[in-house]
Amino acid sequence: MIRRVKQRYLALKIESVESFEEDDIKDAVWNAVTQLFGEYGASQAGLFLIQYDRERKEAVLRCSHKALPMVQASIASVTLMKDKPVVMHVLRVSGTLRALKKKVGD
Amino acid sequence: MTKFVDLHLCAPFRNVEQLKKMVTKSFELGYRSVGIPLPPNVELDEVECLRKICSEAGLDFVSRVDLTPKNTRELLDNLRRLRRKFEVVSVLCMSKPVARQAAKDRRVDILSFPVAKPRNRFFDSAEAELASESSASFEIDMMSLLSLEGFLRIRLISSLRREVAIAKSFHVPVVISSGAANDYLLRRPHDYSALAMLFDMDLSLALSALSQVPLSIVERNRLKLSPDFVAPGLRVVRRRDP
Repeated sequence: MIRRVKQRYLALKIESVESFEEDDIKDAVWNAVTQLFGEYGASQAGLFLIQYDRERKEAVLRCSHKALPMVQASIASVTLMKDKPVVMHVLRVSGTLRALKKKVGD
Repeated sequence: MTKFVDLHLCAPFRNVEQLKKMVTKSFELGYRSVGIPLPPNVELDEVECLRKICSEAGLDFVSRVDLTPKNTRELLDNLRRLRRKFEVVSVLCMSKPVARQAAKDRRVDILSFPVAKPRNRFFDSAEAELASESSASFEIDMMSLLSLEGFLRIRLISSLRREVAIAKSFHVPVVISSGAANDYLLRRPHDYSALAMLFDMDLSLALSALSQVPLSIVERNRLKLSPDFVAPGLRVVRRRDP
């Protein structure tokens, strides 16, 4: 029997003077994971951008439970997005999307 | 609640605007104490001004000096002159004799090594043994990990992995600090602990390197610098009225 893959949901805050599109966020995170852990590591991360609020500069990302430390390290290592300085902070981590929204206060 | 300390916030202390911005950001990110490196000839009123800015932002200010001596004589001279002026003394070891002298001198709190030259990172087992006896800590500046790319970052991570393993085996305390010169290089303590997994530091060790270890350095030195301090384990409790 195949075991269900546990997921983790991460609430992110993007800090920059510029505003970015959804694809820029995806590219930045994927590039960071690939740079730090290679294609093999990225294949285990199971990254998926659930939602992105352009006005509030907040995003929700899903990743595999086992790859959480790897994804957190990669997110912290992002310094540039489209050649503009940027910081991505992980606000909260949760096991369900509903709990995450409750924790972040959405 | 864990009290996180960033012992190396490289804020430009004469640029008040930028300094306030970085100090406020540090507080927002969850730090409760920051160490700002100051030049050796800093005036007392400048230090008090910094202390005031930090306390307005809700942070405890720690005065720190970064020494980069060329030889052991210069190191000893600097330590003699500056030890009682600053709460934290860090030595950037550019040569092996300096690294060895700094590791065995009890007046040195933090040992740091140049990032750009991996051959000049002298934190080996001999260095760690000396450091463990003198209670000096090994510092990791996360700024270099964030700003480097490609081969240089790979080389740095590899060096850090080796050095952290040595520090662990000789019980040398490790301090993780930001080393950030602008607010885009500041990260939350938990982000730094996640990054520390790159050089095989487990979560509890990384969190202690961001809180307990730097806090113990500051508390130890504040106690030593207080006028009531006589010797380790001995302090003046009460004075007779004149």
